[in-house]
Amino acid sequence: MAQKTIIDARGSFCPGPLMELIAGIKMAQVGDELEVLSSDKGSANDIPEWIKKVGHEMLETREEAGVWHITVRKAK
Amino acid sequence: MVVSGTRERLQMAAMVASVGAVSGNEVTVFLSMNALQYFVKASSRDAPAEGTFGAKMQGENIPPFKTLFKQAVELGDAKVYPCSMAMDVLGLEREALEPYLGEPRGLTKFLADASGAQIWTF
Repeated sequence: MAQKTIIDARGSFCPGPLMELIAGIKMAQVGDELEVLSSDKGSANDIPEWIKKVGHEMLETREEAGVWHITVRKAK
Repeated sequence: MVVSGTRERLQMAAMVASVGAVSGNEVTVFLSMNALQYFVKASSRDAPAEGTFGAKMQGENIPPFKTLFKQAVELGDAKVYPCSMAMDVLGLEREALEPYLGEPRGLTKFLADASGAQIWTF
């Protein structure tokens, strides 16, 4: 059963949110979803780039009250 | 190659090393000169700002450069080597340095291994 993990990286600057996500992905199982909360706009652009480069799956990026919610699925 | 002891340069080096390593690049870091002192075990020494940006970094929630170098090793399989010359000058033994660093290395070995790779100096 796939799990969903929330990674709250609000307040942290680049590359903090990305590194926290990567640490989360290491711990997760293939198929699990991870949602990063980030108040850093650079990370909102950078995380999808990283996901594309290493071959995981981007599910959603949305902004809500100054916080980006970036949801990804571990693909391998 | 990291030689500076200022906050901005150490931060930029740590960012490039960590993001580079977790993005599938082979990353090797060589720490020498003013950079090495911060990697003494449990050193809480604060790197001085070089300019206004560095001053502004203080008090912000920016990931500490030492944490980023450690993550480069743990999450991206980067190698971080202390320069053996700098260790001799500072009178440091391997045991005095952070455990995530590799074995001390001379410049000749570093350059031989880095042959054909891009070398960036901070």
